[in-house]
Amino acid sequence: MTTASPAAREVAPRGGPDRLRWALSDAWVITHRDLSHWARRPAQLVVGLLFPVMMVLMFAFLFGGGMVIPGGGDYREFLMPGMFAMTMVFGIETTFTAVSTDATRGVTDRFRSLPMASSAVVAGRSAADMLNSVAGLAVMIACGLAIGWRWHEGPGAALAAVGLLLLLRFALLWIGIYLGLAIKSPEAVMAVQILVWPLGFLSNTFASPATMPGWLGAVAEWNPLSATVAATRQLFGNPGWGGDSWAAQHAPLMALAWPLLILVIFFPLSVRRYRRLSR
Amino acid sequence: MPVDSTGHAIVAEGLRKRYGGTEALAGFDLAVPKGTVCGLLGPNGAGKTTAVRVLTTLLRPDAGRAEVAGFDVVRQAARARYHVGLVGQHAALDEVLSGRQNLVMFGRLYHLGLARARRRADELLERFGLADTGAKPVKQYSGGMRRRLDLAAGLILAPSVLFLDEPTTGLDPRGRNEVWEAVGSLVAAGTTVLLTTQYLEEADRLAAKICVVDSGRVIAEGTPGELKGAIGGDRVDVVLRAADEIPAAMAIIGRVTGGEPESDPDTRRVGAPVRERVAALTEVVRALDEAGIVAEDITLRRPSLDEVFLRLTGHRTDERAGERAAEEVAA
Repeated sequence: MTTASPAAREVAPRGGPDRLRWALSDAWVITHRDLSHWARRPAQLVVGLLFPVMMVLMFAFLFGGGMVIPGGGDYREFLMPGMFAMTMVFGIETTFTAVSTDATRGVTDRFRSLPMASSAVVAGRSAADMLNSVAGLAVMIACGLAIGWRWHEGPGAALAAVGLLLLLRFALLWIGIYLGLAIKSPEAVMAVQILVWPLGFLSNTFASPATMPGWLGAVAEWNPLSATVAATRQLFGNPGWGGDSWAAQHAPLMALAWPLLILVIFFPLSVRRYRRLSR
Repeated sequence: MPVDSTGHAIVAEGLRKRYGGTEALAGFDLAVPKGTVCGLLGPNGAGKTTAVRVLTTLLRPDAGRAEVAGFDVVRQAARARYHVGLVGQHAALDEVLSGRQNLVMFGRLYHLGLARARRRADELLERFGLADTGAKPVKQYSGGMRRRLDLAAGLILAPSVLFLDEPTTGLDPRGRNEVWEAVGSLVAAGTTVLLTTQYLEEADRLAAKICVVDSGRVIAEGTPGELKGAIGGDRVDVVLRAADEIPAAMAIIGRVTGGEPESDPDTRRVGAPVRERVAALTEVVRALDEAGIVAEDITLRRPSLDEVFLRLTGHRTDERAGERAAEEVAA
């Protein structure tokens, strides 16, 4: 060996500021790990980013011709906000698989046996997933612009819409973390898909809740995804369904309230689940 | 009993941990002197892994206390973690990243700066014979390479106490040798090691002291020689041509070896513990030959873990652990 092994006393924390600095640095190391995954597996990254684009092309060109939009609007203008929100919802699968793989393989335990900040494992994970979602959303926006989608209410409203989409993703991320820690089996992502796809389709994304059977329409109108889709359609100035229910009338409020409610429930649940790994 | 943290790297007193209806640890006591290797030997479900998880701060005990490197594993967990290295049953590595990236990442989480983490990663890759493959993703590594990388990750801060939880389970003989050599060189450098294993051979090869674990507590301890003496050491096994010669063969083998013979009519096998390995073998062959009893096969073998347990506890281990121990002896 060329140098002496590092000794524990040289690197042990010395006080509060040290701890905070290291909590941030630890979280960054975990985020950086995920970014390295992108660099190591560019094909997977590209496929992940292009899958929603394929969905857009499929709906816009395969089914789009047969769709009638309320008020005679452009179908692609109508479609894109729903596709943005769907992309955010499907991100839950990425989070789940990553968290659950680490827990099963013992990587989470290795992190827990290190003198790192315990918050960093989940904080780093959520930062990485949010970066991934920002990239995904950017690709989708570019795709939308390429097929003729536009925002009409100015850049401020458009940015607010992007904020609502990322807020939904951030809230769902904690459901992904919670399920990943609770289920600890990456193969169970199939089960998660079975939960997530109905959430995606049982909404106002493709069809008007008014045309669904009564109870199904009510579920679709109150779906958190529907709130974000309706609110972003308003903010982008794209055509939407409208609707008489309270949820449909107050879409922007619901698009804030739903993610916050999910966060209030699943953030503490995830933290508790993480702590319970030591029980 | 007061905790003696001066001469011991690991001290556990009365550890208890209950999962639902089963008591994984039921008053687990252990004292491992600094700079020694202690082997925890026991079948699946004996509580070895639970003990390691408590001692490495991953699990809170329900009762009892433990100190590792002088730090209480519950109250001073964060400080203990700077002194403890853990190599678990599954190589806990990021499969996508390269071996080097893994080590750099863990080094940074030990709060070495980036430059030092990189330097340390290169040193460890060199030391574990992974310098050439350091840039490859871990998923292309063989089982033995993974385990060596895992070991390297456990050594980033040169821990004073290293925990190896079944470090060679699932490895082929070559991979097992690679890991054993790596552990041997660590021990020579003065690291205290606690090793769990289901393999008598492994405990024998690596550990100065063996603690036999059953039902959540240590039921016997001693040097490998002492334990083997206690359970009768090696065994001779004879497979007869005819099952009706079993009683005669048992009498002869019992007389020659001085041990208590056992038989299995289905396989026409008669076996007994022996003290002098080769002498016993030739004696048995000669005595059987004189009596006109034909043996199809005669083997000398180490007692399986199942037999160790049968003698120490009076009950058999679960079937699977016993089978695996038998495979191990065969390998």
